Amino acid sequence: MPKAQVLFEDIGVAVTVPAGTRLIEVSEKVGAGITYGCREGECGTCMMKIVSGMENLATPSMLETKVLQEQMASRHNRLACQAQVLQGKVVVRPG
Amino acid sequence: MTPAPVRLRRPGGDFDAVPVAPAVHWIGALDPTLRSFDIILKTANGTTYNSYCVRGSEGVAVIDTVKAEFADEFFTRLEQVTRYDEITTIVLNHLEPDHTGALPELLRRAPHARLYISHRAPLMLKGLLKYDGETLDFTTVSQGDTVSLGDRTLRFIHTPFLHWPDTQCTYIVEDGILFSGDIFGCHFCDTRLFNDQVGDFRFSFEYYYQHIMRPFREHVLTALPFIEALDLKLICPAHGPIHRDAPRGYVNRYRQLAAPLLANEAGQRDKTLVIFYISAYGNTAMMAQAVKDGAESVEGVRVSVYDLQGGEVTPFVDLIEEADGLAIGSPTINGDAVKPVWDLLSCLTQVPLKGKLGAAFGSYGWSGEAVGMVEDRLRGLKLRVPCAGIKLKLIPTGEELAECHAFGRELALHLTGRATFRVIDMAELA
Repeated sequence: MPKAQVLFEDIGVAVTVPAGTRLIEVSEKVGAGITYGCREGECGTCMMKIVSGMENLATPSMLETKVLQEQMASRHNRLACQAQVLQGKVVVRPG
Repeated sequence: MTPAPVRLRRPGGDFDAVPVAPAVHWIGALDPTLRSFDIILKTANGTTYNSYCVRGSEGVAVIDTVKAEFADEFFTRLEQVTRYDEITTIVLNHLEPDHTGALPELLRRAPHARLYISHRAPLMLKGLLKYDGETLDFTTVSQGDTVSLGDRTLRFIHTPFLHWPDTQCTYIVEDGILFSGDIFGCHFCDTRLFNDQVGDFRFSFEYYYQHIMRPFREHVLTALPFIEALDLKLICPAHGPIHRDAPRGYVNRYRQLAAPLLANEAGQRDKTLVIFYISAYGNTAMMAQAVKDGAESVEGVRVSVYDLQGGEVTPFVDLIEEADGLAIGSPTINGDAVKPVWDLLSCLTQVPLKGKLGAAFGSYGWSGEAVGMVEDRLRGLKLRVPCAGIKLKLIPTGEELAECHAFGRELALHLTGRATFRVIDMAELA
């Protein structure tokens, strides 16, 4: 299975994950500081900053795009409960 | 159009609009019996919900409204100074319900008036009014935007997170009058309204800052220069007395209050770690000492240890505000961290915490849930928790204390940015 790597900058941990993994699946297990609310892409609580590797994430859904707009997100933000890692390396930290 | 006659205010007068400047009136409401505000604040003599009416040569503006229960009082005062068809502008400096409770009815009575809110406020407006996105028209404003009332200009000063994302001030350029929203406000109810006439409200002013603004200290420091640059003849906050006498003194006081309560003695050179523990039989205390020794073995880290049983929460919160890292040691009793730990953790929202390092440890008899619970709380408070906490069964052995020492050292390495990046596979995670 193709692999990707997520680096959680706040805790100094890099996790090798299967391609397609959502950030939420790994950030809580590893103890990163991203906090969650609804876990369904509606509340925006889990907005995180993508330090690098945005291109290695799946394109945001219409729902995620709408919530990011409502949250006044910058182009470096994504929702951890929605974002899927597809390939390569992605560096994140709590938003 | 001729404005409606204005009744003069009489001391203690119940429903009179109060002139605060030429053609500017206070039209808010008094709530003298309130004893608790938003759950988190005590209000020993109640509060006021201040709203204002500004008349210009080409329009009338209403700035903020009141809590819904006080809408009748607000409309009674409003009707003394304007007709509804004269109102061209409604400004909301902040959308919490205590300032927007009368908004739906005001919009119904003055449907032609244009509503102005901060560009951060539409989501909150939607949540408040439950509108469908088409039935309500409004204009969002940002830093420096203006609205003309003819001979008077309203200028908006964007002050996000003082104390909500949407908060802003409105300034009458020609008169030097600042409608500051919750900034410079306090919960203090006195019918005399003006700071040079009311009773002593200094405590209320400071108390309000500590509970409402202190968590957003960095945002206070960002906003203050915009306010300090203004010619200030009058500050009209959304709660409490109107600052007519020496208004700039309140701005200066905010500048002082925004400084840390405790100066950081470590300066820029050292990182600081504060360790709080509580211990029933001395086991968690032994762990705390080992964590301290480990952290201190790293150059550039200054460590302090406190027994939660020997102090009050408030000064501990002050310590944490200035610390770079926080470690908490709690035994597990009946499957939980103990109450003094939760008492401390429940008060930490009073200070900025984002990005500080957090950690937990503790001895336990049966199950040791406390460490994980404290870690979850620390993450919820937006601390980073880079090292998995240590929980030890009953009395630590020498080997286990060495683990605590290594744990403290690892925390210190993270504090100083010298920790090694760990690489793990997702399959290794539970």
